[in-house]
Amino acid sequence: MDASKKKELQKLACKVRMGVIEGTYNAKSGHPGGSLSISDTLTYLYFNKMNVDPKDPENSDRDRFVLSKGHTAPALYSVLALKGFFPEEEIKSLRHIGALLQGHPCIHIPGVDMSSGSLGQGISAACGMALAGKLDGKSYKVYSILGDGEIEEGQVWEAAMFAAHKGLDNLVAIVDNNGLQIDGPISEVCSPEPITDKFAAFGWHVITMDAHDFDDIDRAFSEADSVSGKPVVIVQKSVKGKGVSFMENQVGWHGTTPNKEQYEQAMSELTAQLKGLED
Amino acid sequence: MADVIKKATRESYGEALRDLAGEYKDLIVLDADLAAATKTGIFKKAYPDRFFDCGIAEANMMGVAAGLAACGKIPFASTFAMFAAGRAFEIVRNSIGYPHLNVKIGATHAGISVGEDGATHQCNEDIALMRTIPGMTIINPCDDVEAKAAVKAALDFNGPVYMRFGRLAVPVINDAATYKFELGKGVVMKEGSDITIVATGLMVNEALEAAKALEAEGISARVVNIHTIKPLDKELIIRCAKETGVIVTAEEHSIIGGLGSAVADAVTEGCPVPVVKIGVNDEFGHSGPAADLLKEFGLSAENIAKTAKEAIKLK
Repeated sequence: MDASKKKELQKLACKVRMGVIEGTYNAKSGHPGGSLSISDTLTYLYFNKMNVDPKDPENSDRDRFVLSKGHTAPALYSVLALKGFFPEEEIKSLRHIGALLQGHPCIHIPGVDMSSGSLGQGISAACGMALAGKLDGKSYKVYSILGDGEIEEGQVWEAAMFAAHKGLDNLVAIVDNNGLQIDGPISEVCSPEPITDKFAAFGWHVITMDAHDFDDIDRAFSEADSVSGKPVVIVQKSVKGKGVSFMENQVGWHGTTPNKEQYEQAMSELTAQLKGLED
Repeated sequence: MADVIKKATRESYGEALRDLAGEYKDLIVLDADLAAATKTGIFKKAYPDRFFDCGIAEANMMGVAAGLAACGKIPFASTFAMFAAGRAFEIVRNSIGYPHLNVKIGATHAGISVGEDGATHQCNEDIALMRTIPGMTIINPCDDVEAKAAVKAALDFNGPVYMRFGRLAVPVINDAATYKFELGKGVVMKEGSDITIVATGLMVNEALEAAKALEAEGISARVVNIHTIKPLDKELIIRCAKETGVIVTAEEHSIIGGLGSAVADAVTEGCPVPVVKIGVNDEFGHSGPAADLLKEFGLSAENIAKTAKEAIKLK
């Protein structure tokens, strides 16, 4: 990836993270930790990979995205707002009564391809979208991000079996391996590891990726494009809370939101990161 | 009189899918390793490229159906009622109902007439479960003619539809040549003034038989067929309450949350009269031949007639 593109994506990702903090702070609820861990990947997908157009959001040839780990909607909404699907102001009314932006993704929000949030379900819908693409002879791809805790859901493995059996090579699942779920580290709760081996055994092409390095993200998604005959899973090693020092790798920031002081500190850290990129 | 033709509505489902597939190019069928039983095998034989077996994984099948519908397909997700409404309930609610996607659920082997397989497979709760999902349409056809018409009506309707079919062969009581299906409209099968029997599914024929028996005893019973349980034809139900003053409901489903509950809700609001419910009481079924089970659980013309006579005394 060339340096200017990389810098542009880094700056956008910084703004996405600011949206996550802005949204969850104003909502006084929501899930910042897992939103921050997928911010770079989402930025890459929407600004460097997927064929989507906010002026034509229902185009049947567009690439699809399903946020199977739907509780991290703040990151998706932040990306969609930056992309122009709806005004950035909407972020401030996330989760409020009468607001466009629901606590979890809703298909009626511009740019959202599928309602999701009850864990394990989004990946099945993504399989259906990929199958529809095959039936219609369309070349779009379907991307879906799952949590590493989410894959403890049995439905994920029903979907994994289905996608491999039907040869859905237009499906790319991304497992956000930040290592933490609500009750603690995934290794202590009910470990889904080894994640890569499990998907390989289910017949998927497995790629690993550093979720916070755009060169590596670019490499991983390019490799995904070269695969045929099998669905692809990218297991991304990520940092929960990435970008906000006091949130990084802390279980507690899964579903806790910043108070005023923490909000100001987080925003000042992100502002400094953005400024550092704009020199 | 000609011999009564009997046919299971699951058979009608499979045939209707096959017969409509030519006209409806987006129609595709999903099953969960039960194609021989749900009769989607009939469709599979004619359109193998539009049939997808999801294996024994109903949760994923419902989610796949949602994704297909989000891309413009009209998927018919097919399995036993127990697994469609029971096991996959939350996926139907969150992945199909909440986004209001155009998924059709073909739920066969509903009710106690599943027979020998016993309580684990006799689903008497599906109508109750599906009624609680906002925007879900529920159709429970009474015979072959109505079942086929229901499949077409579901195809022409944009939104999630739960269709309930049976395993047991039941009499064909409608005339295919003249039959017209109107989604959400009840059908007065027989006029009457002393009482209304509101029935659904295979109980419609039992209700008609009961009305005949009551007629012989000088009681005029009206019979209403409710094929669309949601949205309910409240106008017709309330009119029947006003005109006959008492209602007996009859369904092959739990008396909790099904047709009887829906009718009672409507009557309570619109014209409070006694409503007596016939259905499976708050208990599990057990193994046995379907005909014997229906009789044992009171899902018979005899019990409807007996209950109707008691109900009239409540007026």
